[in-house]
Amino acid sequence: MAGIVIDRIAKSFGAVSALKEVSLEIADGEFVALLGPSGCGKTTLLRIMAGLETRSSGRVLIGGRDVSDLKPYERGLAMVFQNYAVFPHMTVYDNVGFGLTMQKKPKDVIDRQVKKAAALLHIEPYLERYPAKLSGGQRQRVAVARALAVEPAVLLMDEPLSNLDALLRLEMRAELKSVLREAGTTTVYVTHDQTEAMGLADRIAVMHGGKIVQIAPPTEVYSRPASMFVGGFVGSPPMNFIPVEARAGSVALGGQTLAAPRASGALTLGFRGEDVTLAPPGEAMPFTVRVAEPMGSHLLLTGRIGDAVVRVVAPPASIVKAGETVGLRLDPDRIVFMDAATGAATDLAA
Amino acid sequence: MTQSRWLPYALIAPAMVFLGIFFIVPLVQTIMLSFQGGSGFGLENYSKMVGDLNFGLAIKNTFLLVLTVIPLQVGLALAMGMMLQKMTAGRDVVLWIWTIPLGVSDLAAGLVWLALLQNTGYINSMLFAMGLIEGPTPWLNSETPVTLFVAVVLAEVWRATAIVLVILVGGLQLIPKEFGEAAEIFGAKPWTRFTRITLPLLKPSLQSALILRTVLAFEVFAVVYALGGRNFPVLVGEAYVWQRENQNYGVAAAYAVLVMIISLAATIFWLRALRTKPEAQA
Ligand SMILES: Nc1ncnc2c1ncn2[C@@H]1O[C@H](COP(=O)(O)OP(=O)(O)O)[C@@H](O)[C@H]1O
Ligand SMILES: [Mg+2]
Repeated sequence: MAGIVIDRIAKSFGAVSALKEVSLEIADGEFVALLGPSGCGKTTLLRIMAGLETRSSGRVLIGGRDVSDLKPYERGLAMVFQNYAVFPHMTVYDNVGFGLTMQKKPKDVIDRQVKKAAALLHIEPYLERYPAKLSGGQRQRVAVARALAVEPAVLLMDEPLSNLDALLRLEMRAELKSVLREAGTTTVYVTHDQTEAMGLADRIAVMHGGKIVQIAPPTEVYSRPASMFVGGFVGSPPMNFIPVEARAGSVALGGQTLAAPRASGALTLGFRGEDVTLAPPGEAMPFTVRVAEPMGSHLLLTGRIGDAVVRVVAPPASIVKAGETVGLRLDPDRIVFMDAATGAATDLAA
Repeated sequence: MTQSRWLPYALIAPAMVFLGIFFIVPLVQTIMLSFQGGSGFGLENYSKMVGDLNFGLAIKNTFLLVLTVIPLQVGLALAMGMMLQKMTAGRDVVLWIWTIPLGVSDLAAGLVWLALLQNTGYINSMLFAMGLIEGPTPWLNSETPVTLFVAVVLAEVWRATAIVLVILVGGLQLIPKEFGEAAEIFGAKPWTRFTRITLPLLKPSLQSALILRTVLAFEVFAVVYALGGRNFPVLVGEAYVWQRENQNYGVAAAYAVLVMIISLAATIFWLRALRTKPEAQA
């Protein structure tokens, strides 16, 4: 078991700077998701941790030991690849036992560990089969079992579920979470899917343009995003942003007066679609509905406040039609203010 | 729209006609010819072939060449291919240079090596100028079978390793790099990765390269002829001699049929030896 310290890791590919001095501390046994849009440097960071990619500068520590210049297999970690990378010319048994075979473990130890990992991932019936005879979900289980069989201190996963269909992804997600919790393995999980990150991780590191822009537990990333980017990237629907003007330390919005973090000036107000209540149009912020989508569990309303596009989640039984104007009342405890110029959160307490 | 049933056949018809006229017909003719002797239809040509003084030698030499050249070529091509995989800059240029001999005909290749190795060749002149030898040293006559053999092997390796290389490079590029990386993560050292991951996954390409090279190697002739004339008899060389010098087309045809049978056997051997079980395919 081991914690991970990423100390000012930077990486450039020629003129392209993929990572800009990224630092991150992961506790022993913690599950951290690296979340961000495609091309933000998640894979590069994970591969540098694994030792598959060279770094331009900085250090990686695992279990307090500087592993920056060690070979991948000297770092005491295992990895699950996006395309599984399950060896096609070996049976499932040999695949799962590959790491132990490489460590020259005795046959009976290998057998015990393979059976244990196979049981954990429910792949015992396929042990003698070749991967070509397995479905995508089963191959993914083999890849995870191969990683867990070596009982690694650290498990790295790069978008392990992205090649599975939606239903299987949901199933595997829950299963991964319980299996890894049981194993107590320190896990770094790369994904561009915010629901995956929210569901799995103890903490989410949101990446953008080669930097970590926020690292916090899922609920905090969701309700207290560090920037407009995070608010817009995490959550479905994304956070709504409307421009407001602070006067005398508060913001007046259609009948509501909200405490502002600054005495005066332009701000951006952020709120989640579900943190509003519908009110008669005269008594609250006027919201012109363009589209109403009944989603079953809720009613999704898309429309405008002023010039800003806003999405609101209303109770499923609400009677709102497209073209109507309704009032929105905000929950003052669940709003965030962003600097209008930089998009960064302005902490109310500051 | 359902495609008409005859369309695929119509499309391959020209190729089939071509193959029929220029391959099947001469093949059947050759086989017929090999059975036609002075005393009618029979094995007369074959007994003449087997009874010839050079026959045993030609068989021995051809097999010796194949068994020496093929492992050398495959080993070299694998090493070169793996080096190319590791390269980033200049990879294409190196591959291009390595494949230049592919553009040289086998007779021309033989002549190049003859110019290097004959009594008044470049190598003799160079060694003489350096004071390492007393005078022109013959390497390619019947009294020096070992150096002649080595010269033929050298020329063949120089000439035809590139075709193996090209096939293997194609195969190596088809192996996703994640397989090697996964093996590395789980503790496989470079040599283990090569033997346990790369080689097994390269099997289909190795098989193609070996079939192609073995069949062509059993047909070795021009390089041998340029370097050693009849000092180093090989099967196709004997066919040539019977056809040209002895004007005996029947025995020449028997040689041709023999080479064909050996090639077929070699092909079947590689198909079996390097079979990938269907369930173990990538
Ligand atoms: N081997 C490479 N050579 C050049 N550029 C690369 C290489 N790998 C990644 N990059 C670049 O680095 C950036 C980050 O890539 P990556 O880490 O794969 O992003 P992510 O996994 O978040 O989608 C991208 O701009 C990508 O084009
Ligand atoms: Mg990626």
